[in-house]
Amino acid sequence: MSELSELYQQVILDHNKKPRNFKRLETANRTAEGVNPLCGDQLTVYLFVEDDVIKDVSFEGSGCAISKASASMMTQSVKGKTRAEVGALFDEFHRMVLGELDEEQTPNQLGRLKIFAGVREFPARVKCASLSWHTMHAALNHQSATTTEDLGPDVVNEQAAG
Amino acid sequence: MMIATEKTIQTDTQSTGNAWDVVRIRRDFPVLAQTVNSKPLVYLDNAASSQVPQVVIDRGSRYLREEHSNIHRGVHYLSQRATTAYEGAREKVRRFINAREARECIFVRGSTEGINLVMHGYGRKSVGVGDEIVISAMEHHANIVPWQMLCEEKGAKLRVIPMNDDGELLLDEYEALLNERTKIVGVMHVSNALGTINPIKEIVARAHKQGVPVLVDGAQGAPHLKVDVQDLDCDFYTISGHKMFAPTGSGVVYGKAELLERMQPFMGGGDMIRTVTFEQTTYAGLPNKFEAGTPAIASQIGLGAAIDYLNSLDRAAAHRYEQELLAYATAKLSAIEGVRIIGTAREKTGSLSFVIEDVHPHDVGTILDQEGIAIRAGHHCAQPTMKRFNVPATARASFAFYNTKEEVDRLVAAVQKVIEVFS
Repeated sequence: MSELSELYQQVILDHNKKPRNFKRLETANRTAEGVNPLCGDQLTVYLFVEDDVIKDVSFEGSGCAISKASASMMTQSVKGKTRAEVGALFDEFHRMVLGELDEEQTPNQLGRLKIFAGVREFPARVKCASLSWHTMHAALNHQSATTTEDLGPDVVNEQAAG
Repeated sequence: MMIATEKTIQTDTQSTGNAWDVVRIRRDFPVLAQTVNSKPLVYLDNAASSQVPQVVIDRGSRYLREEHSNIHRGVHYLSQRATTAYEGAREKVRRFINAREARECIFVRGSTEGINLVMHGYGRKSVGVGDEIVISAMEHHANIVPWQMLCEEKGAKLRVIPMNDDGELLLDEYEALLNERTKIVGVMHVSNALGTINPIKEIVARAHKQGVPVLVDGAQGAPHLKVDVQDLDCDFYTISGHKMFAPTGSGVVYGKAELLERMQPFMGGGDMIRTVTFEQTTYAGLPNKFEAGTPAIASQIGLGAAIDYLNSLDRAAAHRYEQELLAYATAKLSAIEGVRIIGTAREKTGSLSFVIEDVHPHDVGTILDQEGIAIRAGHHCAQPTMKRFNVPATARASFAFYNTKEEVDRLVAAVQKVIEVFS
């Protein structure tokens, strides 16, 4: 049960219930849609980018608590950051949920995002936590869609069979 | 602890007057006797893949130890033995589904391959521009996508039989869809996502009135219901071995001989030919015409052993027991506030889909897994069905005759825990 409470911490449950920046962004100049075909999670990330800085960000869609909370906290974390800063943060987040970065030992910029470290104990859920980040990254790089199928080494144990 | 559990089960089954000895049955399935996350495993994901009894494991390993060789080719002793065992499994399948002839039972990897075989072999030859293919609103992607691919290739149209809010097909609307342009009807015997048992005999009769052949996706039918293809009068019937206690890679597509004979081969290669020259190839007869290359010999022999195992049980009692479990679980889960059952057809078997208010099924699945309970969370390869019921996904508990009421109680307690975590 300790691993479970590690996964479903109050902050995550709170962001799931009351996701921040959960709306369509009218001023967006970049958007991307992300889907996880295994579980049906689907979300759209909206960015307003000016001078290589994310001036505003929001998201819409449906998904599990982990993916919704992660998207919510992602929007808070990337707002106001430059493309390079966001790239570095995404890389750290991604390595943390894959278990490749020890967020307590190695210096990093993760801050409150460390709350998602528990996800690495649940391999089937890693993609839930990283979907919004991949989608944000796709939008930032002018791609209109991303799917967890195309993503690198995230481990997924979901069964696709009926 | 295990002994206490067994005692309760026995008392329970005695009190309901059911002769089904689930304790003895569970001993046949070694995988069930393990702990997950320090709790006894509760396996409720049988609609995705069922577990394999020791006799099937033994039969497969005996083949690998003593009989392994390629079939239909060698003059030598082992090849003969392998061929005899493989063709013996085909005869077991024939009897199991009451086909007229063994050559009507084509071995494939499972229902998906079986449907694709019919799409290629029958559909591509019979369907043209403006023709129509009828499937149902509750189909698994395996019985949607191949027909969509065919429609795209041929300029044909996919028509869909609607269902009501309980998850039952609307037969009058179905009949209205049939016309002279309809070339084939594809419908599942039992819904993997909703548990609905479809009235196949009626569906077939109405299609045949218009001269339209019917393919039945039997992936969820064969594990739970007695299948008699002559009585159903369906033209094709598919089986996934791994959903009926056999290894993965085993399966069957049954087809009426006169249809199979007219069909073109699905795959070309060895074992499916009569003669080959660079100018022309003539094909082998049934069933070999559809079995190019070396098949999953050990798995199909395993399917034969699984059929032997099922025949050794009182299948009517097994069915009654499964129905009791389903009714018990439905009553218990419906009684929890915030839980909604998806799929409330009058005739159901196997699957029980549900959603919990404000909790995503994926989170339900993770928390249940921590309790040692295996269920499926997701769209069950039936995205149109999910859309029909306005849910992105469901949690699904699916039963086999080795599950117990105590396991249902554990499921119910775990669902209550989910609600606590998210309250």
